[in-house]
Amino acid sequence: MHQAERRVVVTGLGTINPLSDTIDGTWKALVDGRSGIGPITQFDTTDLKTKIAGEVSNFDSEVFMPLREARRMDRFSQLFVGASQLAMDHSGLDMIDEDDPEVGRAGVMAGVGFGGMVSFIGQLDVLRDRGPSRVSPLTIPMIIPNEAAGLASMRFNMQGPVSCVVTACAASAHAIGDAAEIIKRGTADVMLAGGAEAANCEFSMAAFNQAKALSTRNEDPAAASRPFDRDRDGFVMSEGAAVLVLEERARAVGRGATIHGELIGYGMSSDAYHVTLPRPGGIGAARAMTNAMQDAGIGPSQIDYINAHGTSTSANDATETAAIKLALGDAAKSAVISSTKSMTGHLLGAAGALESLVCLQAIANDVVPPTINLDNPDPECDLDYVPNEARELDVKYAMTNSFGFGGHNVSLIFASGG
Amino acid sequence: MDRADIESKMTDLLVSELGLEKEKINPGASFEADLEVDSLGVVELLMALEDEFDVKIPDEEAEELVTVGQAIDLVEQKLAG
Repeated sequence: MHQAERRVVVTGLGTINPLSDTIDGTWKALVDGRSGIGPITQFDTTDLKTKIAGEVSNFDSEVFMPLREARRMDRFSQLFVGASQLAMDHSGLDMIDEDDPEVGRAGVMAGVGFGGMVSFIGQLDVLRDRGPSRVSPLTIPMIIPNEAAGLASMRFNMQGPVSCVVTACAASAHAIGDAAEIIKRGTADVMLAGGAEAANCEFSMAAFNQAKALSTRNEDPAAASRPFDRDRDGFVMSEGAAVLVLEERARAVGRGATIHGELIGYGMSSDAYHVTLPRPGGIGAARAMTNAMQDAGIGPSQIDYINAHGTSTSANDATETAAIKLALGDAAKSAVISSTKSMTGHLLGAAGALESLVCLQAIANDVVPPTINLDNPDPECDLDYVPNEARELDVKYAMTNSFGFGGHNVSLIFASGG
Repeated sequence: MDRADIESKMTDLLVSELGLEKEKINPGASFEADLEVDSLGVVELLMALEDEFDVKIPDEEAEELVTVGQAIDLVEQKLAG
């Protein structure tokens, strides 16, 4: 049973994404409506239909860790540890001493969609080309998705609950919700919660292309991710990480931490319908939003801003619109919704965490970032998606949606103050 | 190839493949105690040595290695034999 008095606040934010590796840089790019999508530089795209993505360019792992640690991590783990360091710095927390009684009261929950896919493929090539005796002994720790959380726990000596959620594009939203539950039930007082993804490669993009999921608007990368627009043709793969420091409220207040908001609602559901497609009509996604509002104890008219999942796929955007109408009822017409994936692309397992960070920045700044490239709204997408220009708005409650292949739906609600 | 060449190449491998600091590497240094090379690192090193010197190092011989100097000895023997 939850101890009613335990509340969960956010005391630190960190992200490394195609727009920026700072909070302010990310926020400014989003408010300015700047796209982080460009031609792929990391691998050869000659044979691929899609030749564009969101890339974290100039990421230098050695800013965050010694070379000998970095070379034992896949890029997704490097990004997670890096974003975790930024979030810890932002929160004013540091590595926990071994003799600190709180060493077992701090943990990590990471959401990851794929894990070390690029390392996996690289070592599979080694196996085929050179045989089993040449496969790296580091292969397994580099490819298993949970190592992001494990490595962050080592970095900060967090010896409490440390785990990993692998629910595709809902993973880091689940991770944040689950981490908050762990704090609420009294098992931990501090949790690093977020996600990371670095799965941009020929193989994953070939596979997504075959599933007709990716945009092929190669000639105009900045216009490729266009959620809710009638000319959208799929999502744009992106990479990066985002991490929040979640902290039990009394502890945060006690140490004089800056509180960036409170996580007040966590709702989940499953479509129980199809491996990739959302259930038509949006009842599953609506159930997640309704569950989150019930958990938060607020009604549909109180939601000031919804950061939509808004992937720019044909199926998602229309279904999510229907789901928002189901969940919010009459309040849907006046709801202020945007998809920042129009600028960041889709960070897959890290998307929910990055978009939670966006919600917290919207709350802090009383500004809602736009949905860019929304030039001709799809007739099925007839709500207010803040097209193309950021908007000043008093934001007290912000909700973010994340949905994953497999039918996973997650909604998180953040509130100002705390 | 003389012993100095082997030592020089091994030092380069320890820096490039394991990310060790060059100044800490000397024949007397223990992989585990001085260089903090764990069991995974030892396997990486052996693979790199086999590739670099075109030799085969059986697991049971590898398990005996404690110091950098012993690894140099082993490579020297393999090249001679």
